[in-house]
Amino acid sequence: MPGAGIQRFSATIRHGIVTSTVVRYSQSIMPKIDLLEMIDISKSFHRTRANQRVNLRIGSGEILGLLGENGAGKTTLMNILYGLIAPDSGEIRINGQAVRIESPRDAIELGIGMVHQHFMLIENHTVAENIALGLSDAPFLSPSRHVARRLVEFGERFGLKINPQERIWQLSAGEQQRVEIVKALVKGADLLILDEPTSVLTPQETEQLFVILRRMSEEGHSVIFISHKLEEILSICHRVLVLRKGEVAGKAETKDVDKRELARMMVGREIIFRIERPELERGELVLDVRELVVPGDRQRMAVRGVGFQVFRNEIFGIAGVSGNGQRELVEAVTGLRKASQGAVLLGGQNITNANARVVASRGISHVPEERIRFGVVPNLFVYENAVLKQHRQRLFSRVLFLNFGSIRKYASTIIERFNVSVPTIDTPVKNLSGGNIQKLILGREISGQPALLVAAHPTYGLDVGATEYIRQQLLEKRGEGLAVLLVSEDLEEIFELCDRIAVMYEGRFMGIVSTAQATMENIGLMMAGSMPEGAGAGADSKPEGAGAGAGAVPGGAGPLTSGAAGDQE
Amino acid sequence: MRISIRLQPRHEASAGRQIVVLLLSLLVGFVAVGVVFAVKGVNPLYALWKILAGSFGSLYGISETITKAIPLILIGSGLTLAFRAKFWNIGAESQLLMGAIFATWIGLNLGPRLPGWMVIPLMFLVGFLGGAIWGALPALFKVRFGVNEVISTLMLNYVAAEFLNLLIVGPWKGITQQGFPYTDDLPPSATLSVIPGTRIHYLTLLIALACAVILFFLVHSTKFGYELRVVGENPEAARYAGIDFFRTTVTLMVISGGVAGLAGVGETAGIHHHLTYPGVISAGYGFTAIIVAWLAKLNPLASIVSALFFAGILVGGDAIQISLGLPAATVHVFNGVLLFFLIMGDAFVNKRLVVSLVRRG
Repeated sequence: MPGAGIQRFSATIRHGIVTSTVVRYSQSIMPKIDLLEMIDISKSFHRTRANQRVNLRIGSGEILGLLGENGAGKTTLMNILYGLIAPDSGEIRINGQAVRIESPRDAIELGIGMVHQHFMLIENHTVAENIALGLSDAPFLSPSRHVARRLVEFGERFGLKINPQERIWQLSAGEQQRVEIVKALVKGADLLILDEPTSVLTPQETEQLFVILRRMSEEGHSVIFISHKLEEILSICHRVLVLRKGEVAGKAETKDVDKRELARMMVGREIIFRIERPELERGELVLDVRELVVPGDRQRMAVRGVGFQVFRNEIFGIAGVSGNGQRELVEAVTGLRKASQGAVLLGGQNITNANARVVASRGISHVPEERIRFGVVPNLFVYENAVLKQHRQRLFSRVLFLNFGSIRKYASTIIERFNVSVPTIDTPVKNLSGGNIQKLILGREISGQPALLVAAHPTYGLDVGATEYIRQQLLEKRGEGLAVLLVSEDLEEIFELCDRIAVMYEGRFMGIVSTAQATMENIGLMMAGSMPEGAGAGADSKPEGAGAGAGAVPGGAGPLTSGAAGDQE
Repeated sequence: MRISIRLQPRHEASAGRQIVVLLLSLLVGFVAVGVVFAVKGVNPLYALWKILAGSFGSLYGISETITKAIPLILIGSGLTLAFRAKFWNIGAESQLLMGAIFATWIGLNLGPRLPGWMVIPLMFLVGFLGGAIWGALPALFKVRFGVNEVISTLMLNYVAAEFLNLLIVGPWKGITQQGFPYTDDLPPSATLSVIPGTRIHYLTLLIALACAVILFFLVHSTKFGYELRVVGENPEAARYAGIDFFRTTVTLMVISGGVAGLAGVGETAGIHHHLTYPGVISAGYGFTAIIVAWLAKLNPLASIVSALFFAGILVGGDAIQISLGLPAATVHVFNGVLLFFLIMGDAFVNKRLVVSLVRRG
């Protein structure tokens, strides 16, 4: 039993016995980073110029925002700084002295840490093991024991709750990111690069992160904060550097600029911040989910009795912090996971626990979360990815053979209609940016006239331009009669798009409210598991999920299962 | 100062580059094998020349090379299918043997009774079935119980080999074979005719070539081939797309094992005409075919060429055993070293080597 030692150990932590272990952490031989400069950095990939003579400087204690659309070259620039990519030309200087950073190990030795957008964690290992992995001074025997104490310490100091013995695959995206942040901090980073760090955090967690960042800044640490959320850049950063198409499009002190100005620098045009959502009479019932109970990866139930309905011409939103059962709910509706109780009906037909293939053929399409992991096959070409799932349809295949002629034509149509920017349809999907991959997936999923679209975090990690585009498309399809089930952590998105909002917490709905009657504040409170005053009034109290898992509700206030605002029948 | 050697990813791997890397890998492999020869006190160039002369230098050599290429084409093209789906079938050797066993049963028991034209087709059919069953077993173990297919296919090699040993010294031992551990010879209607003066059983050769072509289209043009590549490249996307992992994996191993079974039919009905020790029925074809598939870059059509290449090495290896007095294991060393360098070479297709001097500051 490999986990036994760790469990025993964490038990001692809980009882506060481990106090004598003195832990020393990698102290870089290099002096502290007072000034870091990247000078005239250029990098091309094949035909794409990812960075072109980019200059960046950051001083001690400074929080620098790096702003830009997807594919603007932010991540490339930071990968160069972290030693993952070698620049074609240009120089990096620390405290005025040129340094060569040829690998992340060099970067770490110099005091540079990075938290990637896609997490670099070993799924089957525990939190403590993952953190011990990168430490050069961790002992040969039980290295994770060595870090666990420090980990708890960091958790308390920065308010980042992590259980050292939990395995990574059991954690939600938000929790995994906390591990990544702590991992970099434990390695003693002077300069911390955060790539889209807030995209998986709740507003409260984001605030906590900002508190940490400000504290780090006070202590003389520097932070490079990659984002395309303008409010965040303005609220946390001292200075901002804007990239567009690989070049520096502007830089400013954040106190001198506003959102509009930054947005213009970023996209080179004015962008609309409010999308118009016309009021529509909702059509007939499409999806009817009844008291669904779905087991999670951990032994307990992830969805504990959830019921809702989605109608034509409606976008039904599920808000909530990730890890509260949204993923399992989506998987149960799309045929990827078996529900243990309850029913899913599509257009009156029972499709409970039908497999993904049947579900898709009945007219449920799905824009999955973690698009690169689930939604595409990165090594296959664009045209091959354009029919993933649809390849069985008569249009694309005869008895045995695929009809590549019509597949290619279809792929070209999607690319044209959904503005996917790609050289040819014979490009492997791995060469596309996140935004273009998402446009391809969305195009693929809504081109086939589905009855219901299930979209999980459809704009997660996308730039403003792509986000706006995807949201417009969803609203357009709603206008054409599509029913949409939207799962998102982004409250702005939820409010912009949805007709009704459910808030999911601990596997249940805290309530279902119509957007017109909801306030950001109330939804936020419900996401945190507390029922706002008055919002529960007029509830049409839905029955609990047949008692399943009810005994397992963790201590404290069990969430109220009530449809607020009474717009449910 | 220190020397830094790094592999940097390249954005795109051109076809030209792939071929250059392939040839370079082979060249470096030959050099490494040369060292082995030199250690044995044989001039490597002379040995290489002898191998070439032995396999391609005479009509006899060429006919032997083609003969040995037959099972390699069959198994190699079948393995490309499995490897595309990242199913590491190391058990083609036993799938071949099961094909041989099944077909021999038909030949011995039904051969004398059935009309002559029916026997050979039936033997191929049942031989395919034997290999398919032996191939499908590890696939079932994998998808149902999560058993690692490398272990299960490898171990099933021993099971099949010992089963064959049991048959030839036990229940199937031939009464006409004067105590040798052979089955009785197959009746004439159950043997394959050869091109006169050679051992080339041309029917199996035609089947092998057809197989390579059919499998090429199966992988690149059919729904099944598409699903197989999706499963191999991204199993999670396959799940999302509703691709039946169970069905895909079992089907591909039925095919991959089945064609190995066909090779077993060819070896028995075309060459030996009876069953005997496993090592005689198959000269390690199931293992050599792994390298064949790899050298073919998992392209079933290209496996025809790479099968001929490795058949040549097998034949030439036999030749130098006799003329240079090198041990039989030499050919295995040869194949192993080449596979090693071929796999290493793959690293250079998508990456480039950067060597630089670094000042530590």
